Amino acid sequence: MNNVCVYCEFEEGRIQDVSFELLTKGRSLANQLNCKLEALVLGEGLAGIEDEISKYGVDSIYIADDKRLYPYTTLPHTAVAVGLFKETKPQIVLMGATSIGRDLGPRISSSLTSGLTADCTNLEIGEYEDKKAGRTYEHLLYQIRPAFGGNIVATIVNPDNRPQMATVREGVMKKEIISETHKAEVIRPDIGQYLREEDLVVKIIERQIESSKINLKNSSIIIAGGYGVGSKENFNLLYELAHTIGAEVGASRAAVDAGFTDKERQIGQTGITVRPKLYIACGISGQIQHIAGMQDSAMVISINNDANAPINKLADYVIQGNLENIIPKMIRYYKKNIK
Amino acid sequence: MYKIIVLAKQVPDTRNVGKDAMKADGTVNRAALPAIFNPEDLNALELALEIKDRYPETRITLLTMGPVRAAEILREGMYRGADAGVLLTDKAFAGSDTLATSYALSCAIRKIGDFDLILAGRQAIDGDTAQVGPQVAEKLGIPQITYAEEIISLVEKTIRVKRRLERGFELVESPLPVLITAHSTAPECRPRNAKRLMKYKRATTLSERHSASDDYLASHLEKSYLAITEWCAKDVNSDLVQLGLGGSPTKVRQVENIVFQAKESKVLTAGDADIEWLMQELIAQHTIG
Repeated sequence: MNNVCVYCEFEEGRIQDVSFELLTKGRSLANQLNCKLEALVLGEGLAGIEDEISKYGVDSIYIADDKRLYPYTTLPHTAVAVGLFKETKPQIVLMGATSIGRDLGPRISSSLTSGLTADCTNLEIGEYEDKKAGRTYEHLLYQIRPAFGGNIVATIVNPDNRPQMATVREGVMKKEIISETHKAEVIRPDIGQYLREEDLVVKIIERQIESSKINLKNSSIIIAGGYGVGSKENFNLLYELAHTIGAEVGASRAAVDAGFTDKERQIGQTGITVRPKLYIACGISGQIQHIAGMQDSAMVISINNDANAPINKLADYVIQGNLENIIPKMIRYYKKNIK
Repeated sequence: MYKIIVLAKQVPDTRNVGKDAMKADGTVNRAALPAIFNPEDLNALELALEIKDRYPETRITLLTMGPVRAAEILREGMYRGADAGVLLTDKAFAGSDTLATSYALSCAIRKIGDFDLILAGRQAIDGDTAQVGPQVAEKLGIPQITYAEEIISLVEKTIRVKRRLERGFELVESPLPVLITAHSTAPECRPRNAKRLMKYKRATTLSERHSASDDYLASHLEKSYLAITEWCAKDVNSDLVQLGLGGSPTKVRQVENIVFQAKESKVLTAGDADIEWLMQELIAQHTIG
């Protein structure tokens, strides 16, 4: 009761990274709240899965291994999670802001009438004063996310309803193994009591999951293009520089929306969070939603013809000018000076 | 024929955000921003219209919740092919989070009554939460298919939909009724139809008709299709406790302006000397190379 629970996403034979990242965050939240950390895994073929999860300092793992739970479909996962949460009454539930988490989270929150905040960029514990009601709540989950428009970050709380739910994108939190030898208690609930026949009406006819060809998260150098790159053709300059210096190409949401490059390359609150050694921002103005996904870069170079672009404040080097002119020079002088 | 309800939202155009975008209480100041038809809701409308192309008897009702001016998107939808519009508007809805919004919408859907399909955009550009669709489906006790890219087939009471996932796709089959959310990769909505524009340009809600002339009202009495349905919280039998700020489990604790920890930047020109110096510097630091 009153614990922190992480819904662990099982896909293609493994637990997704975002779940491990949330377990790591969940461990630190549970420590602050002096409660247990629980994990929930629903799927099929889960033998031995507890060994992978225990390492993140989990106290209890609920495992439901059943063919009706894989591949993921909304209703059976909702039924089992809701049924369990009604009994275990977690105070906090965290899930990845993935195709699955964003489908499942709102369904669970509606069923339990609990608040859910999407795409949080930070989670903390703190108090909340309801001035109207003259009441102060302690140890609430702060669900922090950039809000609509400008340079604004909102802190959302759920004072009265439980569980307090939040989704977080992959890469936002860091994963960290607590102990290789730690063993969590394993609980295998009888899911027959939660699943009804009508939960099985949606059928998957065909499914194709491609493994990602782009590995932004683990790239030590990233060249990211924004709306200022101007066109799909100009993005080729970025690929060329990336190829020369051994980097990966990312993009801001504006560039993705404009069709300059693929959604898979999007960096920011609703894309991927990266922490490279070097981040070269090309024609990116620096909306807070984008900054949220790259602010931990060790070094930032901003190439922009707008001297007042907000991202320049974060940059170690600002190159003023047109990237059509600058990038070919970078390629030329890299080749000239590298041994 | 099918009865389809399309959920749509009028949203501030986040591409044109000014300084007055937020109110002191942390909610969005919609009055200060240009308002548009939420883009993925247009994708949802197109999926509905494609069904109507195949089954012309199909009836499409567009439902929105918002201030009186949100009737603009209902007319917009009617110009593009929707048969009717319903505006859900009440001060009691102000400050609703996604759950309170879903509750209000589900009450309005129950009031509309019989339906086979509910279509909605995956998410609205002012919040990007993607929560209202699934929450409405849960409140109505029907299945959901999120991130729809294409309706593959619809035969009697069975629908097949292609879903776009982060990496890959899925083909799923569901019985009706079902709620489907449309992904931005679904077909773009057809433009306004000139004949429909002429037909529906004077379609109005009750609130809009309050300020209209007698002549205009007379023409309305003859043409019932010009009356856009307008409902308040009471009309849809909703429980006031579950609406608005009070009915929202999530509260905004605070809104902060973010001040970047500005670094001391070195400003370079695009000249050859500066670029060569930078590349030598990066190589020397082992940042690259």
